This record gives sequence, C-alpha cells and structure tokens, in this order.
Amino acid sequence: MTALQHVKLGTYYVVHMPEPDDFAFWRERARQLVQCDVPPDRVAWVEPGGNGSLFSHGDKRLPVPEDENRVIRASKRFLTLARNVAHHSDPERFSLLYAMLWRLQSNPRILEDKADNQVRRLEDMDKAVRRDAHKMHAFVRFRMVETEGGGEHYVAWFEPDHHIVRREAGFFVRRFANMHWSILTPKGCIHWDGETLRESGPAQKSDAPQGDPAEDLWRKYYASIFNPARLKIGAMLKEMPRKYWKNMPEAALIPELVAGAQKRESDMVDAGSLEFEDRPETLGAIDKAIHACRKCPIGSLDNQAVMGEGPADASLMIVGEQPGDQEDQAGKPFVGPAGQVLDAALETAGIERRETYVTNAVKHFKYVQRGKRRLHQSPTAKEIDVCRWWHEAERAIVKPKVVLAMGASAARAMLGKTVSISKARGEPIALEDGSELWVTAHPSYLLRLDGDAKAEQERLFAADLAAVKERLAELAE
Amino acid sequence: MERMAVLDTIQKLEILADAAKYDASCASSGTAKRNSAGGKGIGSTEGMGICHAYAPDGRCISLLKILLTNHCIFDCHYCINRKSSNVRRAKFTPREVADLTLTFYRRNYIEGLFLSSGIIKSSNHTMELLVETARILREEHDFRGYIHLKTIPEADGELAHQAGLYADRVSINVELPTDTGLTRLAPDKDSRQIEGAMGGMKMAIRQSKDERKRFKHAPRFAPGGQSTQMIVGADAATDADIVGKASRLYDNFRLRRVYYSAFSPIPDASAVLPLKRPPLMREHRLYQSDWLMRFYGFAPREVMQATEADGNLPLDIDPKLAWALKFRERFPVDVNRSSREDLLRVPGLGTRAVGQILASRRHRTLRLDDVAKLTVSITRVRPFICTADWRPTLLTDRADLRGILAPKQEQLELFAA
Repeated sequence: MTALQHVKLGTYYVVHMPEPDDFAFWRERARQLVQCDVPPDRVAWVEPGGNGSLFSHGDKRLPVPEDENRVIRASKRFLTLARNVAHHSDPERFSLLYAMLWRLQSNPRILEDKADNQVRRLEDMDKAVRRDAHKMHAFVRFRMVETEGGGEHYVAWFEPDHHIVRREAGFFVRRFANMHWSILTPKGCIHWDGETLRESGPAQKSDAPQGDPAEDLWRKYYASIFNPARLKIGAMLKEMPRKYWKNMPEAALIPELVAGAQKRESDMVDAGSLEFEDRPETLGAIDKAIHACRKCPIGSLDNQAVMGEGPADASLMIVGEQPGDQEDQAGKPFVGPAGQVLDAALETAGIERRETYVTNAVKHFKYVQRGKRRLHQSPTAKEIDVCRWWHEAERAIVKPKVVLAMGASAARAMLGKTVSISKARGEPIALEDGSELWVTAHPSYLLRLDGDAKAEQERLFAADLAAVKERLAELAE
Repeated sequence: MERMAVLDTIQKLEILADAAKYDASCASSGTAKRNSAGGKGIGSTEGMGICHAYAPDGRCISLLKILLTNHCIFDCHYCINRKSSNVRRAKFTPREVADLTLTFYRRNYIEGLFLSSGIIKSSNHTMELLVETARILREEHDFRGYIHLKTIPEADGELAHQAGLYADRVSINVELPTDTGLTRLAPDKDSRQIEGAMGGMKMAIRQSKDERKRFKHAPRFAPGGQSTQMIVGADAATDADIVGKASRLYDNFRLRRVYYSAFSPIPDASAVLPLKRPPLMREHRLYQSDWLMRFYGFAPREVMQATEADGNLPLDIDPKLAWALKFRERFPVDVNRSSREDLLRVPGLGTRAVGQILASRRHRTLRLDDVAKLTVSITRVRPFICTADWRPTLLTDRADLRGILAPKQEQLELFAA
C-alpha cells in the first residue's frame, strides 16, 4: 500500500457505475469511501452514459482504507430503502444515498426523522420505484405469437420510468413459470423460456407484436364492466395516468366510454321512466292521476283507468287483477261476470260490499283485439310493479286492517314476488304497515272451471272469504 | 380460439360482465402467498392485490368479474337480472369461464376470477356449476391465481364448503341493511338464511386455520376470508342503521370487508325502487366511516355520533371532520406529546402521517412547517393541533369552521374496489 492510495485532503473521487441499477457495486464502493472518511461533497457518482467529463479532474482510483474491518453502520431500513432508490432514474440517486450513509454514521436513527428534507427526498424516490414496479406488474400486456414449432410465446412491450426491469423479473417468473415470455423495454429486456432467465439490451416498440385476437374480448370486458352511471375520471387517472395508456389495448376505448356515459345513463333512466310525481294524498287525486298515467304500455291502449271504489276508511280492501272489458266501459271495478261471482260469494260470507274498498292491482284493461272482441291479457310482472305505486297510494289513504288479494297478479302487487295461490291461501301474511294480507283465487278463475274442479274451487273461495270475515270480526273487537 | 368461438364468447361476455358490474368488490388481496414455480399451470398471489386496469368509473379491474348466467328465478327489485327484468340473457358453461380466465390471465390482464351467478333451476344446481368452474381451474389447469366465489346462501352447506376449498375468498351479499328492506325489495331472500350461511363460512374458515396450526398439510379454506355487500339508498335505512349493521357483521362473522354499493340506475328498473338515486358521495362517506372503525379506533357509536339529525352522515364534509366539529373539546391535540389514538382523531391526519409524526418527534420538536411536510393539507389540520410554534386559539371555537373546512370540490373515490 503506497501513500498515494490514501485519502488526500482536497481530492475529488469519481465512481463510474457499471450498470444503472448495480446496488451491490455502489454498496462496496460506498463502504470503502466511508471507511476512508471521504465526505459526500468529494465524491461524484456517474452512471453509464452519464456525463463523467464534468468530473475529469476527479481521481478515478479510490482510496484504500487503513482498516478494512472498520464497521460501517447502516440500518436494515436504510438498506431496504437504498436497494429501491438505486433503481430510480434520478442521476443524483447514488450521491444522495452516499450522503445519507455518511449521516447515518453519526446518527444511526436519522431515517426516523421524516421531516428531514433529505430523508423525505429518498423516501419519495423509494415510493416512486415501488409504484413503478407495481404498475409494471399491473400494466404489462402480453401478446401471444405462435412460434415455428407451434408453441406459444408471450411478448410484451413496456416503458418503465425507472431501472426496474431486471429487479421485477422474479415476479413474472413466479407467476408465469410455465410460459415462454419476453418483456421488451427501452431500458433492456428479459426473456423466460420456462427454465432460465435471459437478459438483452434495449428494444423498440416495433420489436414487439402489434396485436392479439384476445384483445377484442378484453376490450369488450373493459367496456361492459364500466358503469356509466358513476363516471369518476379523476379517480381513474390517479391510478392509471395517461402515460401508460399507449401500451394498454383497452385504454383506446376510454374517450368514447366517457363521451357516451351521460347519454347511456339518461337513456337508462328514461327507459325506466320512473319519474313519478309526489304520491297523491287523496283518492280523488289518484283517480285523476291514473287517467293520465302512461308509465306502461297498457295505459296507451284504447281504454280508461278504473279507480277503486268504496269507503275511504274501509277495514277490508279487496284487490283484483285489472279491469275487464265491462269494467273498462263502466269505469267501475268488478261489475262484469267476475264481479257477479264476487258479489254472490261476499253475500254468502256475510261481507257487505258497500263497506269494502274494491280495487285492482293494475288500473287499465290490458287486451288484444280479435275482430270486434277485446280479449283479456294478463299483465306482466313489470306492469304490475309499475302500477304498485298507485294501489300503494290507495292503501296509504284507506289504511285497511285486512287486504284480500285475489289471484296471482294481486298477490304479486302486494308481495313483490310471484307466489302460488294454493300455497299462500288460508293463512294471514303480515304486511309492513301492520295490516294483514289474505290471498285467494281470482273469481274469473272459477268461471273458467267446471264440474268437480269448479265445485272444489268454489268451496275454497268461500272458505277464504269466511276466514276473512271471521278475522275482521276479531280485529273489530 | 377459433374466430366463431370468439364472436360467440364476446357476446356472452358483454352480457354477463355487464350483469356483474353492480358488485363493488374486485379485491384480490389478503390471501395465502403462492406461485406457479414447480407446478404445471400458471398463477401467483403475493399478498398485495394488483389492479390491472381502471375503468372511467374509477373502479379497479383486478379480476374477471362475471356471472355464469344472468337467468334468475329470483325477483329482487334492485337487480338487473331479476326474473321480471327484460334484459338479454346468456349463459356460460363452467369450461368456457375457465378458458376465458386463463386467456386473460396469460396476457396479464387479471389476477383471477370473481364468479357469481343468477339462480338457475335451483340454488344447489347453480352452486354446483360455480364450484365446478373453480374445480376445472384449480385441478385441471393447476391455476394458482385468485378465485373469489359468490356463494348462494340457499345452497347446501356441503357445496359451500367445496367452494371454500377452491376459492381464496367467498362472499354472500346481505344486500339490504334492514329486514324490512329485504322483504320489500328481495322477497325471495331471507336474512336469517343469509346470516346463517355467513356464520357457517366463519366456522369453516376458523376451523381450517386451527387445523393448519396442527397439521401443515391441512387444506386451506378461503384464506382470503369472506366479505359482503350492502346496497345503499334503495330502502329507507339511514347511515346510522348501515354503520350499525356493518359493525355487527364485522363482529359476528369476522368479515374482511363490507362493501357498499350506492343503488344506481339500471336498465329496465323495477317500479318498486326509490325515485331518486342516492348521491355517490353517500357511498363514499360510508366507506370513510368504515375506515374510521377499522383503522382509526372509532367505535360504531362514535361514527353514529357524527351523523346529523336525519341519521345520515353529512355529505359536504367527511365523517372524521364531522365528529371533530361535534367534539371540539377534544382538540387541539399536541403533535409533540399526544398519544397515537388522539392523533388519529385529527381531521386530515391519516395513519401514515400519524406514524411519521410519532417517528419524527423523537428527533425534533415539531413545528407547523414540519407537520406541513407530512400532510396533504396543513390548512385542514391546523385548527385541530398545536405545535411548538402554533396554537389555534380562536379557530377551534369559530362557529363557521365547518364552512371554512368543507372541501370545495368533490373528492375522489379512493376506497371502493
């Protein structure tokens, strides 16, 4: 060891990094320099291709420490931080790390001082490298090419901000262990053949394949999973900044998705057409409103709305399906053949129709024209649900203690689901407002039967009405 | 894939992804670490979830989130797939879903699969198809990526158990915060059945953890835990109701997450639904309150204290600020002396900033400038802290403090997904 190799006051040293991300090399040189007490302002760290001529007066031969075993302090946290920061693209990273290593010798816990500017700068760089790595895991898009042997080779083009390609190879090896793949970047490339990892120099975008049929599927998925009713462009940009878009096949859709979003949302709302006014508060107001209602196609047929009928304080409300041909002409509920069946059964059961509020789940007559006749059509579940708005308004005013729903449509209007009459009848069902619901068949069903079946159904219908009558008497006590 | 097959698949994918987008969760985090080295297939999970893309709705796309089918025998009014809805229907086979998952996974589009389904034929039949999809991926393809299965509460416990053996995460949606809401809007569902199934999952997850402590090779059961989702704004439940329900669910079923989904307009909506959609901000405030309970040491009743007279959280300010404005006597908090718990109560100080304050103050007496370096907005924090050179003498008592601190712009959606 000659005297020349020892540190001299006033000497500058220059360290040329062999690779931009060679942390091990930096660590060896940095340890040596600290052991020789070379202060940070006397060392320049130059990365490959960096401008080393600025430091041409510096000494490229580093000093040799007097005691190679002198312990240099570096906390675990510092090493983790430094390993990440070494991959940053900032040309000052190695100098900053050296400055921090220098300070650590006198204050081993300096990294805890998060308000220190140098600590903050290193932490920001650490964060930037980790974010870049995370975005690489996320945004690399492989394209499949068939090899000459008929195998599959997956190739991606990615543009990282920092020197992370080699560092992140492990992630892709662990995930795609049995695939052949290459990730090409302007900062160097990595290749995996299922067994070994190979590196190669920088590539260009044109070296990568230009498309993959699966991208049509992926784009369709991206467009379909997007909910146009909740546009939040800022939140998207925060996590997926524009700089990444050019290498992501789905990103090309973003402008049209954003532009179309508002129209799609308003179309949905229009199609639902649920802009009901405030709920009417009198029976007269409901009567008026249902005549103007065109919220489902039935309202637009050649018919008139039929309002419920009966005392506004009735304790029993009977709900049918919808007005029939005769009801439509008369503008009153249950005046046709089914009404006659109902009236007779009510009388037998001892229920006064005059004291009962009689109405329908659907307010307009739904039919198809066959020559001169208008044939009854059952309302769809959707049409029943739309009309629920009106008979709920009636119920809110009349406040019956018992509701008798006749037929599946009326039961659906009350329960929101389609039930089987045979299963639902015979037992009261508690409703939200404290009243109770009884379910029975629709009288028009009885008209369609004959023989034993008719007799049996008439018996059941009568029994249901009798049960309702009994229940009303109990509730009246 | 053949060209024809792509076309057919693309149409089904369009329908079945569109039908799945009302489920908020897309998380792929918190499961066991594994990779494909030494295996025959592909896939890895390394703890942290990865969002492979973001849609313009700000939501993360981490998983292939689709329904097996959108045919459904149920008639839930808030659901686009309900029986009475007039939407286009489609059905994938389990094998088609498995192939699609692998096609996407190999190109690094996704972390895995989130599979749910409408109920076809019966709950058991549907659940068998979901389990079969997971089985194909795991057993035939040795797929080691993430699988989230939505299990069907009405299905047999044995099927739910098989789902848990293949999946990283299982979930059952409670759908609505109140029983009356459920009866009205999801008449085919039953809250006791839903919570019973969640209880069964909790037991199975716990049992598997115990077994793995004793036997290294005991099978894992849903290592990513279970989660659920509630729809916000479709029934009359207040934020206080929702927070209470969420906290009971966390306690009773050891949930990893409760997701909130603001009811949003759907095509061919049911007439039984509310007339107005809730503001998206309401969902955001609920996520913030969820965060307060999980990471900031707030008890559910403390979050409820932040609600206004109508039982809802304020929309113009976040719940932490609302709480602080109601309990001004708890402030200012001295950043140089106060405990972690007290610092976490300061509006504008996140868990990270609090950690940094606690570390830094061992080295220096913090001044306002120092705190400013550690926070996003010192203006927000200032009225609630004191430092070596700052005391908010008058500010904390000002009646118009809320007006001063309420943000002028809508905040970003950070917590969904």
